[in-house]
Formats: sequence, C-alpha cells, structure tokens
Amino acid sequence: MAQFMTLPEAVAQNLKSGDMAAFEGFTHLIPHASAHEAIRQGIKDLTLVRMTPDVVYDQLIGMGAVRKLIFSYAGNPGVGLLRRLRDSVENGWPNRIEIEEHSHAAMANAYEAGAAGLPFAAFRGYKGAELAGVNPNIKSVTCPFTGEELAAVPAIRPDVSFIHAQKADRKGNVLIEGIVGVQKEAVLAAKRSVVTVEEIVDDLDSHPNACVLPGWAVTAICVVPGGAHPSYAHGYYSRDNATYIAWDKIAADRDTFLAWMKDNVLDATPEDFADRIKHLRSAA
Amino acid sequence: MSGTDFTSTEMMTIAASRALKNTDVCFVGIGAPSAACNIARLTHAPDVTLIYESGTIGTAPNVLPLSIGDGELCDTAVTTVSVPEMFRYWLQGGRVTVGFLGAAQIDRFGNINTTVIGDYDQPKTRLPGGGGAPEIASSCGEIFITLKQSRRAMVDKIDFFTSFGHGEGGDHRERLGITTKGPTLMVTDLAVWKPDPVTREFTVVSLHPGVTREMVQAECGWTVRFADALEETPEPTGIELTTLRDLNARTKAAHSGGKTGEAA
Repeated sequence: MAQFMTLPEAVAQNLKSGDMAAFEGFTHLIPHASAHEAIRQGIKDLTLVRMTPDVVYDQLIGMGAVRKLIFSYAGNPGVGLLRRLRDSVENGWPNRIEIEEHSHAAMANAYEAGAAGLPFAAFRGYKGAELAGVNPNIKSVTCPFTGEELAAVPAIRPDVSFIHAQKADRKGNVLIEGIVGVQKEAVLAAKRSVVTVEEIVDDLDSHPNACVLPGWAVTAICVVPGGAHPSYAHGYYSRDNATYIAWDKIAADRDTFLAWMKDNVLDATPEDFADRIKHLRSAA
Repeated sequence: MSGTDFTSTEMMTIAASRALKNTDVCFVGIGAPSAACNIARLTHAPDVTLIYESGTIGTAPNVLPLSIGDGELCDTAVTTVSVPEMFRYWLQGGRVTVGFLGAAQIDRFGNINTTVIGDYDQPKTRLPGGGGAPEIASSCGEIFITLKQSRRAMVDKIDFFTSFGHGEGGDHRERLGITTKGPTLMVTDLAVWKPDPVTREFTVVSLHPGVTREMVQAECGWTVRFADALEETPEPTGIELTTLRDLNARTKAAHSGGKTGEAA
C-alpha cells in the first residue's frame, strides 16, 4: 500500500547506492525532483535505466552518481547531444560509465516483460542493425510455432522506479494523463516505486479507461508541485523549452556545470520546484 | 515566385513533403522530417496520419514540436497510447506505411548511423543513439529520408549500422528476412534520390532548381550516380512557401527563439 511521505524520506528509504534505478518519463512527466534528491543524498554507483535519458540523467552522470546506463536514445530533445554523458563516454569524466544500448522497441518490450513477470521479451527487431553485435544482452529466439527468428532481450527489473504524475487520491491511487510513456510498466516492473505528484485530491475524477496505478501497486507517494520541471505536467504547466535550450551551454563546461548543480540542486530542496513552474502554469 | 525566392532548406522540406500521400500513415522523426510531414498535412495531404513515437496517433500540431513528446502533439491527436503499445501494436503490427527519418551519417544504400562516429567503445563522437529508428527502418512499409548534404553526413562507409537500409545493396533485405521495402526516397537540400531497382544504390533522379551535378557531387562522399532522365524538381509554389514560413514563424515564437533539432 502506498505510503505518503516527504521526498527526502522516500528517496532515503527506497534508493541505495549500487541499485538499478529508473527515473522514467517520455519527455512528459520526467521526475526531475526525485533525481535531484538522489544527487543531494549522495547516492552513487547506480545502474540507471531509461528509454530517453536527457537533462536530468546528464546531471546524475556529471555528478558521478552513475556506474552504468541502460538506454535507447540519449539526447537533449530538440537541442542536441548530452554533453556530460559525452564527457563521460569520450573522456572518462568524472568516471567512464558503462553503456548498455538498445532500441526503443527493445526497451519498451523489456519493461513490459518486467511488469508481466517474464524473464525476457521477444519482438521482431534489430534486423540488420549493428547494436546486436556490441550488446551481449541482445540475443535471438526461434518461434516454436512458425520458426521465425525473433530478437530477445532480458526483462528490465529495476530495484526502484521513480515517476511523476498529475495527482493521487487519499488512498494513494495515482492518475497519469497525457503522454503516458512507459511509466506504468516501469513502476510495475520494479521492486519498489516512488511517485511524486502535483497534488493530492479527494477524487481522481478520471474516466474508466484512464491510466491509473492502484495505491497497492505503489510504494511511496510524495507531493512535489512542479516536480517534473523543466519537463511538464499535462494540464498543470507546460514544457520549459527555454531551460532545455539553456542546459546546452551550462553542460558544455565542467566548472559551469558544477556551479549550476551547487546553486540549483545541492543547495536546493524539493519545495523549490514549485517556484520554477509558476510562470508556466498559464500556458498549460 | 522566381527561383531565387526560396532557400535550399525550404526546397528540401517542400520537396520531401510532396512525397506523402493523403492516405499515408507516417511515423515522424523530429527536425527536417517533422517539418516536411506537417507541411504535407497543411497543404496537399490534410488527412495524412502522423504518428510520433511518444504515442501520439493522428496528431495535428499548430507548431512544430521541440521534442517528440510536446504537449501540443497529445492535445491535437486522435489518441495517445503508451510507448509499449506504440511499438508493439502500431509499428511492429505493420500498420505504418511510411517512416520518415533523418540521419547523422548515411551511405549510398540508405543505411543510417545515429549512434557513434568512430569506434563504438572508444567513440570520437557519441551520438544520441537509435531510439525508434532500428525498428522503424524494418517495420514501416517504406522509408523516406531527408537530410542536408555534406561529405561528413553522406559517406562511403558509415561507422555504425543503427538502422538497416539496403545493406550491401541488391536483395540484402530479402536475404535477412525483412519483408518491407526499406528506403525508397531520399530528399536532400540539393536533389531527390531514389534507389536503383536492381542495385538499390541511391541515384539522383531530380536536381533542385539552380543545382548542378557538380554541386551534388561536391557535398557527397561517394561517386554519385545520376538517372539517365534527370529531371528538375518543381520549385515551391506560393502556397507551399507561405505555409512553411508561417509554420516556422509560429514555431519560433512558441519556443522562445529555440531551434528545432534532431531526434530519432
């Protein structure tokens, strides 16, 4: 059953150094506040999973919190490459992370297999693609009925998945609206889950087919208004494109990056996120 | 409109947009493909179905998205599905007629690299990776590619096969058991290219207005083949240009001066 607590408590109780962790969100609802809390608590040696690692994974990598990255597309959407990730992969700063690279189809299927309690995912993919040659976790299976050769990847089973959502009710049921990404699968595939929400409401006021994670499927819920910034929460505030664009310059230089992290992450709190989205609310 | 009234990028976007039919269901990449697909929707193909890998199906954005998951795409979509559903039912299920891709590096057979420049383990440049492209390339009915020409992008041999085009050419796709057509069209800022029916090597079939064979060769890393019946790409119409410029102006205003970039 989901327990309501502060974000510092939820991170301390659910994330340990050495864990495999997913901070999922497909452009929308990216759990920035949770990742910042992990950085503040000095969590290290993480195996990070995400289909689309972007700015917040750049920050975790640049702060030396990451040992390995499992992903399918790493970029600052609409802006360019991730400069802290590149510095790690190309120059080993602050440490050289290990890379396990897949396609989106592989990651989506692997999360679904994790949520379904299956050991692996089979799908029609990677034909002619070279990733299978550099990633030993891409194998193949033969369909026992048709003989077709299919790609196979191990299920993703994080120790803990973090997501951000619009709201939860007082029983801990969580509603996700808009672009729902792979967050439901990430939570159900994980041993533990932490969900930050914009607000707690008496009634979710959802339609019957809405994407809802029942309270008993979630470990912890934390109210963090603006917790997805500079990503967005559909219906609450819009994507802060200017901040994504600004990140490219901040991340370009190690010292500028470290100074920004001190001011905006290390010396900040979850409550600071509410201020960051004030000017974006009207545009939602 | 005279031949000097448009840029080569505008010509590329408009020429690429013309390839989409009203009945197409198109998986859209961000950047140049996204602009082309939306110009098609705003001009000759109002009912074209545009799909972005964030899960938005039948979307009709008023401005070009900065990322594949902008709220605008969801607001204007017929439906928005989860990412696993997108890749399993819609893409792998064979319900997408065209995949519209960009490329960091491409060879003469339409094989695309968006993974690394240099060695995979010790890369000179670490690129974003494949995203949805490896399966878009094999699951969509056919693939259209659009990119700006340069010797850095159009190379004799790509550093990494992110997504498979025609491999080594000929029947290489069929030999791998891939049943879709693969790359059938490439539109650059200088020319329109189509694969040779037998060798599958991309061949220039149409030069954009004012472009010479020498200009195409100067910005291409392999020896370019030209079709015997080489044509000239019809220049943009007034409506096409106005539609593109209005869209770009709305997009620029919406993104606070930000540029649109590449995403798979």
